[in-house]
Amino acid sequence: MAEVLSVATQSVAGCRARPAHIVLNQVVLPGEELVLPEHEDVNGLGGAGEQPLRLNSGARPRLRVVCGPGLRRCGDRLLVTKCGRLRHKEPGGGGGGVYWVDSQQKRYVPVKGDHVIGIVIAKSGDIFKVDVGGSEPASLSYLAFEGATKRNRPNVQVGDLIYGQCVVANKDMEPEMVCIDSCGRANGMGVIGQDGLLFKVTLGLIRKLLAPDCEIIQELGKLYPLEIVFGMNGRIWVKAKTIQQTLILANVLEACEHMTTDQRKQIFARLAES
Amino acid sequence: MKETPLSNCERRFLLRAIEEKKRLDGRQTYDYRNIRISFGTDYGCCIVELGKTRVLGQVSCELVSPKLNRATEGILFFNLELSQMAAPAFEPGRQSDLLVKLNRLLERCLRNSKCIDTESLCVVAGEKVWQIRVDLHLLNHDGNIIDAASIAAIVALCHFRRPDVSVQGEEVTLYTPEERDPVPLSIHHMPICISFAFFQQGTYLLVDPNEREERVMDGLLVIAMNKHREICTIQSSGGIMLLKDQVSALTSFPLRGLSSEDLLLLYMF
Repeated sequence: MAEVLSVATQSVAGCRARPAHIVLNQVVLPGEELVLPEHEDVNGLGGAGEQPLRLNSGARPRLRVVCGPGLRRCGDRLLVTKCGRLRHKEPGGGGGGVYWVDSQQKRYVPVKGDHVIGIVIAKSGDIFKVDVGGSEPASLSYLAFEGATKRNRPNVQVGDLIYGQCVVANKDMEPEMVCIDSCGRANGMGVIGQDGLLFKVTLGLIRKLLAPDCEIIQELGKLYPLEIVFGMNGRIWVKAKTIQQTLILANVLEACEHMTTDQRKQIFARLAES
Repeated sequence: MKETPLSNCERRFLLRAIEEKKRLDGRQTYDYRNIRISFGTDYGCCIVELGKTRVLGQVSCELVSPKLNRATEGILFFNLELSQMAAPAFEPGRQSDLLVKLNRLLERCLRNSKCIDTESLCVVAGEKVWQIRVDLHLLNHDGNIIDAASIAAIVALCHFRRPDVSVQGEEVTLYTPEERDPVPLSIHHMPICISFAFFQQGTYLLVDPNEREERVMDGLLVIAMNKHREICTIQSSGGIMLLKDQVSALTSFPLRGLSSEDLLLLYMF
């Protein structure tokens, strides 16, 4: 009886927690536990193979692994909280790299440091209320623009589009955003110009388009001269010379999500001809 | 949740595009989106997809006592619900204005036009009649709810079969579907609503507005017609002024739009 029980618990434990490197690039579901690889620092400080004296007796040193979106630390394991593919990025220098889950969603949750496109919904006293697609509107102080002082207020109306960065984003408080970076320069942020079209796509498509080596943007640039702003909350603002071109760009970007590379190249070739 | 606000930039762009006769999805002024109708396993269950707008319709029946002042007529009951999954802005108890307006329009279109023969729903005069209940649920909102809902209602009613009943003197026998095949409802004609959205005080017109276009429109005109060129309902909302000629020109249009939908429905039955 005791043997059966111990075998059962072993098999259950084996199903529940798998090593992370085995599950890489596979689909994981919420509730799964992942075991991090543990590395022992074999080459000690003394070159002759002497082990340095350990002050924390018993605990083996681990490399510092960053736990990204879709994962949560649970004891000494990682708990999956979103369904998607597990990804890993090798560390640049030191540390253990980043693990995260690539999931697909359309509803945005504000995250600190994200650049987002917001719509001004109210002006009250010293702050603007900006809708970024989350559960609460973000607050944006009028002093958080380049060159703004108490006398020199920025020209922002209700209904304008703002490109800014979230500096405070907890799940318990309303988010705050600013339109200047830490040096006080605008760096491309601020009120977005008057014309152009704003449309919404999924968050995964935005991340794909903003990846450093994305071909879609380069090919788009060769088609027509355009201005484009990507917000991490799923909003894209695009402006081309004529309305027809703007509509074509918007439809192509929305369709990019479901097209293969070959289909995309065909469509771009056809557009370039006409 | 509150509705996502419409930015000035989008509004300006949409109005300029309409002035140049361009729509967001590349349609022409009088083009309808693709309509897909699929049926469930029960009689009277259908899902209508008008572009991305989806409505689910289900018809059911029950034997009840008739109303006192209409002792020989059956009872029709329509109910449209805006499900919370249709749009983030729909919350229980929040969308009452829109809901009331849509329900009123559906009732006028389907009940007052007498498309269903209510006399044939009578089993025993004064005692037992059929109550037909049509439940519609909006599953996804991408504009033009009323058109999709009216198509779903009439298609579900055409698809529905009620249990067979026979009356012999004082005896009433209700047959189960295994004993005798269920009987279809007696439908005289099929009214379908068509929506026209007006922009710039009636200067520009679009058929079948999607959600973005509905946000910037000035007014909406809904005409319900059947294939015999009979107008079942007209409703104008938004307070725009329309000339008599404009309205009568539009009433001749729906046949073009109707014919494709009507053919589709006829082919199925």
